[in-house]
Amino acid sequence: MSSSLISPNPIPTSSPATAGGGDRSREAKTRRRKKKAQAQAQAQSKGRSQSSKWKSHAQQQIFSSSLLQALAQSRRGAGGGGGGGGGGGGGGRAVREAADRALAASAKGRSRWSRAILAGRIRISKFRKRKRPAAAVAAAAAGRSRKPRVSVSRLRGKGMPAVQRKVRVLGRLVPGCRKEPLPVILEEATDYIEALEMQVRAMSELARLLSGVASTGAGTSSDSPAAPPPSQ
Amino acid sequence: MSSRRSRSRQSGSSGISDDQIIDLVSKLQQLLPEIRNRRSDKVSAAKVLQETCSYIRSLHREVDDLSERLSELLANSDSDQAAVIRNLLMQ
Repeated sequence: MSSSLISPNPIPTSSPATAGGGDRSREAKTRRRKKKAQAQAQAQSKGRSQSSKWKSHAQQQIFSSSLLQALAQSRRGAGGGGGGGGGGGGGGRAVREAADRALAASAKGRSRWSRAILAGRIRISKFRKRKRPAAAVAAAAAGRSRKPRVSVSRLRGKGMPAVQRKVRVLGRLVPGCRKEPLPVILEEATDYIEALEMQVRAMSELARLLSGVASTGAGTSSDSPAAPPPSQ
Repeated sequence: MSSRRSRSRQSGSSGISDDQIIDLVSKLQQLLPEIRNRRSDKVSAAKVLQETCSYIRSLHREVDDLSERLSELLANSDSDQAAVIRNLLMQ
């Protein structure tokens, strides 16, 4: 179902220049329709397996390793300049962005929100010049911009305005779905929730591992005053 | 972007049936922990959407907290340890 929404359907609804080879075009049409039905069935089964793909352990490992790589790179880059100054606030946002990017990358671009996240990074860095880059990047990239820029819903027929309003709010929460119609938003939200759950699981595992390693490390003082006590 | 506009026009006129929407909403409902535990089939769509919004927001908050913790842990520990963990995870 998702594939038919994303990819343009090559259905020859109006074939003007097929006056000559009528039989051949009809055969081609039926063959294409059969292929489309098969693709739809496959997409549906793929959709079911897609929902469980976020729960697989392999997916979590892929996400964790890419996150670690990104973090190591960013720390190596910012280690000289930033130092330990922006430990709590700035560092956390960088980790959040790296995590979102790793999450979007492990989606392999099959969902709108992942493409929006990955595309948003490049756009933001190009266009948003100096207007508080950190805040703008964090807000826009996370898709949770609270600016009242929601387009007026022109979809009619899909129920009460209360539902419409909630769908708009949901569309703002999921990155890249601010102007999509209702079923697209629902689908993206389903995938996004599962991906977020996977992200939370993977990051808590990482935090547990790191805190364990840090405590057995060479006496590094891991009890900064702002650090919350490890609840595990 | 123009393709997105044409797609929305398509679905606005026809194409998306109510059954499809109900199916999507029920799929979403299965994911939400609140409604799943309550085990009632008569949950309205508005309630499902509201729960979805609050659930996504709470997940975002959790990811934020975890990333804060991770950043502090990474800032304190050495880069070698991160490499060690990476090797462990790759296996």
